[in-house]
Amino acid sequence: MTDTAITVEGLGKRYQIGQREPYGALRDMLMDALRAKCRPAAETIWALKGVSFEIKQGEVVGIIGHNGAGKSTLLKILSRVTKPTEGKADIWGRVGSLLEVGTGFHPELTGRENIYLNGAILGMRKAEIARKFDEIVAFAETEQFLDTPVKHYSSGMRVRLAFAVAAHLEPEILLVDEVLAVGDAAFQKKCLGKMGDVAKAGRTILFVSHNMAAIQNLCASAFWLDHGTTAASGKVGPVVERYLKSVTASASTFLGDRKDRRGDGRLRFEEFSVTNSQTGDPATCGSPATLAIRYVGNPPLRNVQLSIGIFTVLGEGAMYLSNDLVGKQLDNLPAAGVMSCRVEKLPLLPGRYSVNLYCTINGVLADWVTDAARFDVGDGDFFHSGKLPPPGYGTVAVSQDWNVVL
Amino acid sequence: MENQRVLPTRIRPDRGLAHIDWRELWEYRELLFILIWRDIKVRYKQTLLGAAWAILQPLGAMLVFTFFLGKLAHVPSDGIPYPVFAYSGLLLWQFFSRALTEASTSLVVNERVITKVYFPRLLVPSSVVLAGLLDFAIAFVLMLALMAFYGIGASWSVLLAPLFLLLAMAVALGVSFWLSAFDVKYRDVRYTLPFLTQIWLFATPVVYPSSLVPAWLRPWYGLNPMVGVVEGFRWSLLGVPGSPNFAMIGVSIITVALVFAGGVIYFRMMERSLADLI
Repeated sequence: MTDTAITVEGLGKRYQIGQREPYGALRDMLMDALRAKCRPAAETIWALKGVSFEIKQGEVVGIIGHNGAGKSTLLKILSRVTKPTEGKADIWGRVGSLLEVGTGFHPELTGRENIYLNGAILGMRKAEIARKFDEIVAFAETEQFLDTPVKHYSSGMRVRLAFAVAAHLEPEILLVDEVLAVGDAAFQKKCLGKMGDVAKAGRTILFVSHNMAAIQNLCASAFWLDHGTTAASGKVGPVVERYLKSVTASASTFLGDRKDRRGDGRLRFEEFSVTNSQTGDPATCGSPATLAIRYVGNPPLRNVQLSIGIFTVLGEGAMYLSNDLVGKQLDNLPAAGVMSCRVEKLPLLPGRYSVNLYCTINGVLADWVTDAARFDVGDGDFFHSGKLPPPGYGTVAVSQDWNVVL
Repeated sequence: MENQRVLPTRIRPDRGLAHIDWRELWEYRELLFILIWRDIKVRYKQTLLGAAWAILQPLGAMLVFTFFLGKLAHVPSDGIPYPVFAYSGLLLWQFFSRALTEASTSLVVNERVITKVYFPRLLVPSSVVLAGLLDFAIAFVLMLALMAFYGIGASWSVLLAPLFLLLAMAVALGVSFWLSAFDVKYRDVRYTLPFLTQIWLFATPVVYPSSLVPAWLRPWYGLNPMVGVVEGFRWSLLGVPGSPNFAMIGVSIITVALVFAGGVIYFRMMERSLADLI
């Protein structure tokens, strides 16, 4: 019984809708007090409801789920940032959390000072930080900038330093949330290695990520949260597989019942989706993306030309994809199927986009749906530098190479 | 070896009255010191005059009040040269008002940390208030210089000065606990503060003596905790002729205790939903 690390029983967290709004004003409170009598109780949602599980010491557990499924709420409760509304959790051992690394960095302080500050905030003693100081600096690879204020660091350096501090906390239980989304590939590998070491040292890890490859690499078991409840749990393989199926379905738009379309209807778009080709998650800037169109049609479907026009939400053209552009023939298609287009490195900057779909068969318009779907492109690391262009400079990222010519 | 972990950390919904976990606060003392150190370090970063501001602010205020109130309006100062009289009050007042202003918004300012990492939240406003002590110490040097210049020697009562400083800290902490917790939910605090400190300054014998207030009113006047604190502080340093109004100071000390205790309790109650509201 002593080898239990975490037990959670019937854990629930209720939020009042609107409670997370930026801030209230006193006026609202006074108005609410006046109206209280004639108004029904505020609407609430359960971000987490009836979640129970037990994690043994040394287990590495992945937590997966859509945005808003309650993953972060769960970690917040376990790291005591917020209190549950019902249920209970018991934790044996020191908890270290990597809920977005780098919190508590002060931009005006130097790297050296921030190591102490951040370490203390994460729960380390001063003597402990001093002892591990050199190791932390070496891990972060920021030796020469130790006495530079952190505000002059690149975001990549900041992340490295922050992760280095957190990674040396050596807690019995480590909560990790989405840290691997940042930093360059080499550093990500190092982080995963460090987490592997931590796991081998017999420590317990709860790992929240959208990176299914990392989850499958690191975790033996996984836990899928959906709308605040446990959708599946158990061995990592099957859970991830089931989750991925659900992701593909929800990142897509059903078009079958759209009436506002033109064309003779020999081919009709049924469904459109954009996903990250590797993970099946929503697409991110700089990652491979797959745009897929499910269709039904009346054969013969010869010499099909498909165009995907992508616009910003403001209606400016952002990108145009067509099999005609690249000289790829789509001929003799089956009566129903999926046409897909893979973009090796999605150049669209993070944001929301709208899609026009246009298809001709032998030069005759078959189907045309404007604003067929809207999709989001998530933050990504297009340049492997952790940086993206500032807002206001177009909608796409462009690969570039810099040299000094003498 | 693995059996050294006897008790788990228990996470339960909060019910009933807030209690204060003194043991935990003690365990986090190092973090408090580091937060104080951070606040001191960044205080005058990227300023031209740096720590000189610690003296310039009370000095500037003293000069203005000396000219308008001391010279033009002939406000009495209990027989003490007006500049020393005003500076002794402003010294403590600036510590107080600055602590209040910065600590009251400290939770919101540190939002990023608070929503990500757990530690006792009381440390956040506390560190800001305590960090102000360094400024106070710097400004205090000028106080000594002024006393020497005007030939005012300290008497035994100077030993009580730290006590009154402690009381000023207690008021600053207590009020900051109230306001910072309130600020999380209602950002009205930041708009109220400049106004509040202004009014409070004139409701406190900082730039005028409490002897201007009718005698019968003084115990009531003492309900403003800063009345007793400023009056007591000045008396302990300068030994104002005639003993201070102990009834008034006594009333103030009681209000200080109430404000402080109430602040801690209210803060702890609000702390439960802090991360959700901020």
